[in-house]
Amino acid sequence: MSRNAFLNGNEAVAYGVKLSRPNVVAAYPITPQTKAVEKISSFVQNGELDCEYMHVESEHSAMACSIGASSVGARTFTATSSQGLLYMAECLPYASGARLPIVMMNANRSLATPWNIYGDQMDTMFLLNSGWVQIFVEDAQEALDVTIQSFKLAEDVRVMAPVMVNLDGFVLTHTYEKVSIPSQEAVDQYLPPFKPSAHMMNDEEPMSMCITAGNQHNMEFKIKQHQELFNALHVFEEIDHSFNEKFGRSYGGVLEGYQNEDADYLLVTTGSVTGTARVVVDELRSKGVKAGIIKLRVVRPFPKEAMVRSVAGAKAIGIIDKNISFGYEGTIYTNVNSALLQRGLNLITLNFIGGIGGRDITKQNIEEMFEKLSTVSTSEAVDAVSYYNVRCSL
Amino acid sequence: MKDFKRVPVPTLERLDQYPLGSSCKSFHITDMNAGWRVFKPVIDKDKCVACYRCYLVCPDGAIHQSEDGKFEIDYDYCKGCGICANECKVKVIEMVKEAK
Repeated sequence: MSRNAFLNGNEAVAYGVKLSRPNVVAAYPITPQTKAVEKISSFVQNGELDCEYMHVESEHSAMACSIGASSVGARTFTATSSQGLLYMAECLPYASGARLPIVMMNANRSLATPWNIYGDQMDTMFLLNSGWVQIFVEDAQEALDVTIQSFKLAEDVRVMAPVMVNLDGFVLTHTYEKVSIPSQEAVDQYLPPFKPSAHMMNDEEPMSMCITAGNQHNMEFKIKQHQELFNALHVFEEIDHSFNEKFGRSYGGVLEGYQNEDADYLLVTTGSVTGTARVVVDELRSKGVKAGIIKLRVVRPFPKEAMVRSVAGAKAIGIIDKNISFGYEGTIYTNVNSALLQRGLNLITLNFIGGIGGRDITKQNIEEMFEKLSTVSTSEAVDAVSYYNVRCSL
Repeated sequence: MKDFKRVPVPTLERLDQYPLGSSCKSFHITDMNAGWRVFKPVIDKDKCVACYRCYLVCPDGAIHQSEDGKFEIDYDYCKGCGICANECKVKVIEMVKEAK
């Protein structure tokens, strides 16, 4: 039987990890992820989780150990945030290139400098090209459920890629809500022990790991990895479906449309800001404004077809970015625009940048975004990128 | 230790013939190295006891057992790191300076 508990996002991930029965966890604590790895280590210490918990001296080592563990077929988890994620960046393409199904939680946090421990999504956008699946979750329940789903996704023979589960720092990692914790028995049925793949190391069939491939073969390896990463899109849809059948919760797959079917004005969101946007959309709908949301759940691989299908009827789309690609625009804005143009959808798109360094994106900000979407027209020259909840004139 | 038979090298004409990830059997992916090797390992086949140690420790899978049971080195792929010579318990792998 499942049970309810009052958990923050970090603890929800820890319970998701415990239920997934990893063989190895190698992690280094960093704000705002610390509580997650603390909780997992206490599960191991008190015997609730039979797992090798590796104390490492850095995030780079955490990922190096995870790669080693996963290379011999161990179900492996790690967690990090911000500077820690960037410190392990050198190892991330090793994990994805070697096709190792490591699952990692990342607490989205700003990057120095100026130094800051609060949430934005600059850290993970840095690593979009790392070959990892990147999933964003909205609340603690989704964090727990997606942690379990991520092992299933990563270990699927059609995918065989590492998965990063992103939680907004503090807003999600440190806020509490009622969370349904599935029973161990149900999760065991849903997620059986990992059966090591033939490309992993074992005594019977020795192989070279992380081989060299020079200019004669390297490109083919990379294209193969790239093409097969797209399988994560439909496999994640399948997993959302099978998880719903088992546990009664669906999140819509690679993206979730909220009031998007007949919407004139759509906001594309990632992570926890979606919750605030839902409240605003409900209020606008009661006033007759056809507002809606596309909650983008998987950013890599990018769900191009699903995105195009979901926004096709809209008059204007706003993309919220909690990141800045310095010298250009919000990263998700670039990605959405590329998808729309490739399918001939010449829609008005605006980029709403907010939440940098832990700044709130308020209900009022989101109302302002919808207001801007409803008044913009193609005939006027507008600056596509604007900033919200800024405290001085720009 | 079991007798590791050398498996046929795939032709690599389609992507699905490439290994999953970056793990593969020795001799599967062979690029011609750029001639940076200074010392090359040479196995004294008469004294080799076929223990498989060099085969297992070679980081690039450039050593394998040939049909006659002796071990051979793919000199196109071998980088000359010397791990095999260092690890050989019967000391029958000599690092020989490459002729210029």
